[in-house]
Amino acid sequence: MKSTLLDLPLQPDDQRKSTFQTILSTPSLVAGGIMLVLLIGLAVLAPVISPYQPSEQNLYAFLKPPSAEHWLGTDQLGRDVFSRLIYAARSDLKIMVLAEIIPFCTGVFLGMLAGYYGKWVDSVISLVTDTFIAFPFYLIVIIVAFASGAGQRGIYITFILVGWIVFARVTRGLSASFRKQEWIASAQTLGLSGVRIILRHLLPNVLPQAVVVLMTDMVGLLVAIVTLGYLGIGIAPPTPDWGTMIADGQSFITTAWWLSAVPGFAVVYTGIALSLTGDGLADLWRRK
Amino acid sequence: MSASPILEVEELSLAAGSKTLVSGVGFSLDRGESLGLVGESGSGKSLTLRAILGLLPRGVEQVGGTIKSEVRAAMIFQDPRKSLDPLCPVVRQVEEVVYYRQQVSRKAARTIALELLEMLGLPDSLKQTDRYPSQLSGGQCQRIVIAIALACKPGILLCDEPTTALDVTVQQQILATITRLQQELDFAMVFVTHNLAIAATLCSKLCVMKQGSIVEHGDALSLLQHPQHPYTQMLIDSVLPLPELEGSASV
Amino acid sequence: MMKSNTEIKPSVTLDSSRRWLTQALLRAALVVICVVTAVFFLIRIVPGDPAKMILGEYSTPEAIASMHHTLGLDLPIGDQYLRFVRNLVTHGDTGASIISGTSARELIADRAPVTLLLIVMASFLAILLSLLLAMLAATNKDKLLDHLIRIFPTITLGMPVFWVGLLLILLFGVRLRWFPVGGVGEGWTGMLHSLILPAITVAFTQIPTLVRSLRAQMLEVLESDFLVTLKAAGIPSRVILLRHVLRNSALPTLMLLGVNISYLIGGTLVVEQVFGIKGIGSLLFSSISKRDFPVIQGIALYCAIAVVIISLLVEMASWWLDPRTKGKQ
Repeated sequence: MKSTLLDLPLQPDDQRKSTFQTILSTPSLVAGGIMLVLLIGLAVLAPVISPYQPSEQNLYAFLKPPSAEHWLGTDQLGRDVFSRLIYAARSDLKIMVLAEIIPFCTGVFLGMLAGYYGKWVDSVISLVTDTFIAFPFYLIVIIVAFASGAGQRGIYITFILVGWIVFARVTRGLSASFRKQEWIASAQTLGLSGVRIILRHLLPNVLPQAVVVLMTDMVGLLVAIVTLGYLGIGIAPPTPDWGTMIADGQSFITTAWWLSAVPGFAVVYTGIALSLTGDGLADLWRRK
Repeated sequence: MSASPILEVEELSLAAGSKTLVSGVGFSLDRGESLGLVGESGSGKSLTLRAILGLLPRGVEQVGGTIKSEVRAAMIFQDPRKSLDPLCPVVRQVEEVVYYRQQVSRKAARTIALELLEMLGLPDSLKQTDRYPSQLSGGQCQRIVIAIALACKPGILLCDEPTTALDVTVQQQILATITRLQQELDFAMVFVTHNLAIAATLCSKLCVMKQGSIVEHGDALSLLQHPQHPYTQMLIDSVLPLPELEGSASV
Repeated sequence: MMKSNTEIKPSVTLDSSRRWLTQALLRAALVVICVVTAVFFLIRIVPGDPAKMILGEYSTPEAIASMHHTLGLDLPIGDQYLRFVRNLVTHGDTGASIISGTSARELIADRAPVTLLLIVMASFLAILLSLLLAMLAATNKDKLLDHLIRIFPTITLGMPVFWVGLLLILLFGVRLRWFPVGGVGEGWTGMLHSLILPAITVAFTQIPTLVRSLRAQMLEVLESDFLVTLKAAGIPSRVILLRHVLRNSALPTLMLLGVNISYLIGGTLVVEQVFGIKGIGSLLFSSISKRDFPVIQGIALYCAIAVVIISLLVEMASWWLDPRTKGKQ
């Protein structure tokens, strides 16, 4: 049956326990969750854990390979790569989450509008999404990020402009299919207003799917942030960022390959954690 | 006619993992003979056919019994629309089977395919190579599927509810076609259906299946007149409640 | 996709294919108009004065005024738009480069061949490898190979394209010395040879999504009823796989690639930067660093229009190739 997210707090205790058990029986969700907790833990506790300051230079010990002293070696300025890595996780993950909030909300809302009302509302919103999709994602990201000024502000503006489309597409399809179902029709005959139906009845039903998409979209967003950093129009130094770390290491790829490889693995790790969580959540909601 | 049967199924058991789907099914078939396998859906009729054909669905295995067959088998399926490659012209599909099954030249295969289409009473327009399954009616598709089966020159024709997905009027035509072809070509037939009336008109012998095993078998007429098993009785009752009064019933 | 078929009045007596074509063309034209408008507003919606961005914070008011004039920013917005569209329609251009004075169209046309070649090679590789992997996975369903191929997208989803390029350079360029580490080689063979690694890199970004949906698509074909008909009729499995399964899966691959072409082009632009290829991507970055707005606009416009045209062509091709779309005679 249609179980909405709004129902959840009203469930009796024993039922909530069984929800917990179903979570445990979804291996990808457990694995993804553990990986995420580990990652967030490292990022949050970076000041406590990191053996060195991220910008602390030591010109006597530059380009050192991994050792007991420097777990992941040092870069061309003698900075400790491990410390920089977890400080970069802090900034990259923070921006990733913040930059996704507004696009998620506008995308879900516009998608529901298009799907629920159909007709010209749908045509207009679809035309706008088609136009945005025509521009290659990285082209538009690079141009807008550059035009709105390099740095964090550029990233936020870029994703407010282009990030909503994915969510709009998903929720539009879902809302359009829900609209044809009886329970929406019965809500309409009760005389509920469109906005009310959208917020109270449609939203709880499209939200799970949107959250699943959010997980994979965050991976794409993180990769885009890192790419901008690599190209020099993303997070500006001295704030540590995986993208700039990879770019800095590129000149030393023949002698100190780990400088570029390690931050990339951090991105890949985050990607796996998020997509496992997304797969797990999808699995969980499908089984309900 | 040789006395030995052309198909012998003995103690056939099929299972998916630990779940038994068909157990201890056995029957035999002589040349030109027809056997009806009757039962509700899920009783294992279709799986038995697939086992004879040697093409069990993924995950289902034969766990016991033997199937002895001396002749080629061909099969007609339940949903004719789904039984044809949607991206291949229908003539080509018949042609391809003739080519690989009858070991003739491409040109001869084409001639034989066209003859088959004619034999099945399909319109001439279907002989063109731009006619695809999606452009045909359900009945026409089923005739193509029959043509493909006949292209294999089968000694046994296996029919898996070939009329269930069709309109009532088309059902009659297809059944008449199958009967006519059987008389002309003298192949044996195993006909799977849940409709006792159809089975009784087409087949001389009947097997009633329930939950994977045969509960009753015998001569078609005597089985219908004197059913021994309550399940057979139930099937008969469920097929024959035709309204006696004319015009009073709305279906 | 063809949801609006019913909106056409029955009095219009076009046959279904012409009606479909008209609709597809109209929709594409509408998107192109929106794309042109978006590109026009590109330098106007972003915060800050483009003239100041080009000349720097501390330029004189006179210099800014003259730059406004060069960019046409001193005219009323409606006139600016008309001028932009007129220039585009008559010359296919978005203006002259602020730096060199050459028209943006010529600059882009100069760089286009190598980028196009890279895109074609990458698409080819992506289709080939995805079909192969998907076929391996689908025919070995639930076996080890299938699981390995299925984990692949989860891992590669978070791989930045430039990083993949760097690793490939490290492995095949620096260590194994099979391919040059950057730049474009001389002559046809040299060019193709030097573009192989970049093409693999771009293809790599497409393969996960393609494999994931192709595998599902192929499983559907492999488990479909018509395959049982073919097997039952005794067609050799090699013929079934090549002639029926592959053909039925090729169509969705084509459509998927059409949807993803936009990502593929974007990835190409970034990968050019990693491998030091002087294509449209490097033109974009040099124009960005010089704040050369007309050229940036030109690149955005041409890329977007290319995407629209390719999607339209793919849509048309798959419509034309799939008899199911044409309905009953």
